[in-house]
Amino acid sequence: MFEPVLTQNVGNPDALTLKGYKKAGGYEALAKAVKMEPDAIIEEVKKSGLRGRGGAGFSAGLKWSFIPKDKKPKYLVCNADESEPGTFKDRLLMEYDPHQLIEGCAICCWAVQANTCYIYIRGEYTKSAEILERALKEAYEGGILGKSMMGSGFELNMYVHRGAGAYICGEETGMLESLEGKRGQPRVKPPFPAVVGAFGAPTVINNVETLCNVPHIITRGADWFKGIGTDERNTGPKLYAISGHVERPGTYEHPIGITFREMLEKAGGMYKGGNLKAFIPGGASAPILLADQIDIKMDFDTVAKAGSMLGSAAVIVMDDTTCMVRSVARLAKFFNHESCGQCTPCREGTNWMELILKRIEHGEGTEADGEKLLSICQHIAGNSLCALGDAAVGPVKSLVERFLPEIEQHIRERQCPFPHRRYFG
Amino acid sequence: MSVSEPVVQKDQVNAPPLPADVKAQITELRTRYPKSEAVLLPALHLAQLAWGGWLPDEAIAAVAAELDLPVSKVYGVVTFYDLYHQNPVGRHRIRVCTNLSCQLRGSEEIMEVLHQELGVGEEEVTPDGRCSYVHFECLGSCDTAPMMMVDETYHENLTPQRVRQVLQGLK
Repeated sequence: MFEPVLTQNVGNPDALTLKGYKKAGGYEALAKAVKMEPDAIIEEVKKSGLRGRGGAGFSAGLKWSFIPKDKKPKYLVCNADESEPGTFKDRLLMEYDPHQLIEGCAICCWAVQANTCYIYIRGEYTKSAEILERALKEAYEGGILGKSMMGSGFELNMYVHRGAGAYICGEETGMLESLEGKRGQPRVKPPFPAVVGAFGAPTVINNVETLCNVPHIITRGADWFKGIGTDERNTGPKLYAISGHVERPGTYEHPIGITFREMLEKAGGMYKGGNLKAFIPGGASAPILLADQIDIKMDFDTVAKAGSMLGSAAVIVMDDTTCMVRSVARLAKFFNHESCGQCTPCREGTNWMELILKRIEHGEGTEADGEKLLSICQHIAGNSLCALGDAAVGPVKSLVERFLPEIEQHIRERQCPFPHRRYFG
Repeated sequence: MSVSEPVVQKDQVNAPPLPADVKAQITELRTRYPKSEAVLLPALHLAQLAWGGWLPDEAIAAVAAELDLPVSKVYGVVTFYDLYHQNPVGRHRIRVCTNLSCQLRGSEEIMEVLHQELGVGEEEVTPDGRCSYVHFECLGSCDTAPMMMVDETYHENLTPQRVRQVLQGLK
């Protein structure tokens, strides 16, 4: 029986306070960590196989090991910009267990010897930001943060930095630009943030959930962590945010690699007993999977092998009343709105994808539109600085490849064959 | 206009002062970052609150002057982010998530109800200045779809009736 790790304090309101969190065993990992060599922590996290929970799935320990030892200052930027459509797991972690995140950030800062941490949180999450601010204040007052972190003599300052509504700021270099007070337009890489990051200094950027895993790895060890999951490349507990046509949408913690079928059952099955048509396994950027892939293991490598991606593990479920054209048109609209405008293929391509998909949905599509969409996908993919362009391609390409008859029906009948409302947006 | 008269500086000279409490908060925020430019986003949030929910030209100029940044640069930032407004908004600002998870669970109907009840289009302000509404990208509340954000508060698991109740509660 799998015992929740990351969400063990969810539902325990005492965990919001420093006292309550400590009572539940909190900050013991940090106390242990400050007695360890920073490099030993990096090794332990590397050994655990922890991969980034924000979307890219990059080894967290490896990322930390890229930080040069001899440079000062250094920074940790915690990515709390959770904006991938379908994703709401980090909000849960921040609102129900803020100290767990602070502890994870503090251990990371010790490991890479960064004296400043910014928690970059999306502007819309005002409640999460307030809860974090309160927890930070207590952590400072309790001697956990400040001039001498837990009496170790190591100075650590941690601040909440609110964004202002831009998906692209979840991209790590877009986030750094935004943190510095600029438009959130991604930078050219290399140099990577580990070398030239925030304010020109070496910087680690990790997602909220990634950092929340760290205290548990320190307390219970890398071997324990590796014991959870599919194999040595897909380890640890994982939060899955499931929404759409399910009976009990929500954030569920499972060992990474649970099958989609099991996950769906645990969320109460299909909404109103409907029939599964398709699902998106990893947020708006992930190509759509079909109902016959219901037994897929939801880990990084298996989902990638199936031609999609685990991404942020935001699972959007669609039943057979769903118009796929309308659904993907909405996602295309999102990417068009959120493209930062810096690279032409993404800026122009996402605009055309939205226009074409909307016209198909509105019964004004032409025979050539399917081909046209694929051609646009081809021109965007790999041709922009960051991953947003590729992300925008994911759902559209999978629509054309896997639901062509539905597109053709829209075009032939000159209307959407599914019941829908007048408003689209 | 001659080349020797940069517009930016002129605007900054004419900028009205920031309210004292905003200025004090900005001063505190400066200590958190190695460069004062990094205070820009938080400062704009504070200014927008002080100016009643949007950023008229004078607010932008005031922030630029305070942080010693070119006005053009601050405009560039204001226009980039969805949470900054350059036009007047209602006393209450309603943002309806219409992204996929909410769309699957009825957000389009929520938009239609708002249109009916408020009698104005998106981004317009009701004649009494009470409300304005917009559709919005994913607000990270997909498990309680459909949902909307009124000012800073999330209203979740909406039905048309629930939307009407929420509207009645807005003064």
